[in-house]
Amino acid sequence: MELLERFAAGDLDAFETLFHQYQREVYRWIVRIVRNSATAEDLTVETFWRMYRAHARYDATMGSCGAWLRRIATNAAIDHLRHARNEIPLMHDPADAALRPPSEQHELRREIRGAMNKLSPRLRVVVLLALVEEEPYAKIAQSLGITEDAVKLRVFRAVRILRKTLSKAGVHP
Amino acid sequence: MNEPEIEELKKLLKSAMPPVTETEFQRDLWPQVRRRLEQRAFDLPWWDWTLLAGVTAIFCFFPGLIPALLYHL
Repeated sequence: MELLERFAAGDLDAFETLFHQYQREVYRWIVRIVRNSATAEDLTVETFWRMYRAHARYDATMGSCGAWLRRIATNAAIDHLRHARNEIPLMHDPADAALRPPSEQHELRREIRGAMNKLSPRLRVVVLLALVEEEPYAKIAQSLGITEDAVKLRVFRAVRILRKTLSKAGVHP
Repeated sequence: MNEPEIEELKKLLKSAMPPVTETEFQRDLWPQVRRRLEQRAFDLPWWDWTLLAGVTAIFCFFPGLIPALLYHL
């Protein structure tokens, strides 16, 4: 019996093998959304917990295991963002810190983070993945369970809201 | 809204939130997953408990509904 079939039947050893195959990929995807390594680790555990709970519903014909996991991971990350709406950690300092004086740079970052926090988690995820991380639209669409056109529409809506919010704050992108 | 405007905003966002590059694992997460599986084997979400309590309450107040429900099942 194949690994995925054994997993679908509830085999814990098969699940452990899959975990070790995909844990890094899942973690890397989540950390791009939540931008905090500790939170990403917790959500990786949550993702695999949800995966195991849904083992009986796994259908190999619906796509690869990696794609299915990415979708579960994205949902777990969105759930997290809903409960932690005012938290966007930066991971590390911006690369172009030398371009502006430190105080102005700090103020600008604060305004951008504020604008991002005003977006709904669904739009924020799309902005982070499409504009910051530059992931392919097809991959984002698959992870959200929507079409590429829907991703483009969300990007468009998010950009419009961000530009409006930033303009009100005196930042003109 | 055109492509250059999106590109400008993209640049601005990246200046405040650079793309994540350091993404290596700090530790093996399998023990945590295993513990979670053991802990929550019989754990139900709160809404499931709420639904169960609601259904139980309905059957307590209206026991006549039980045969009707069984008939429809």
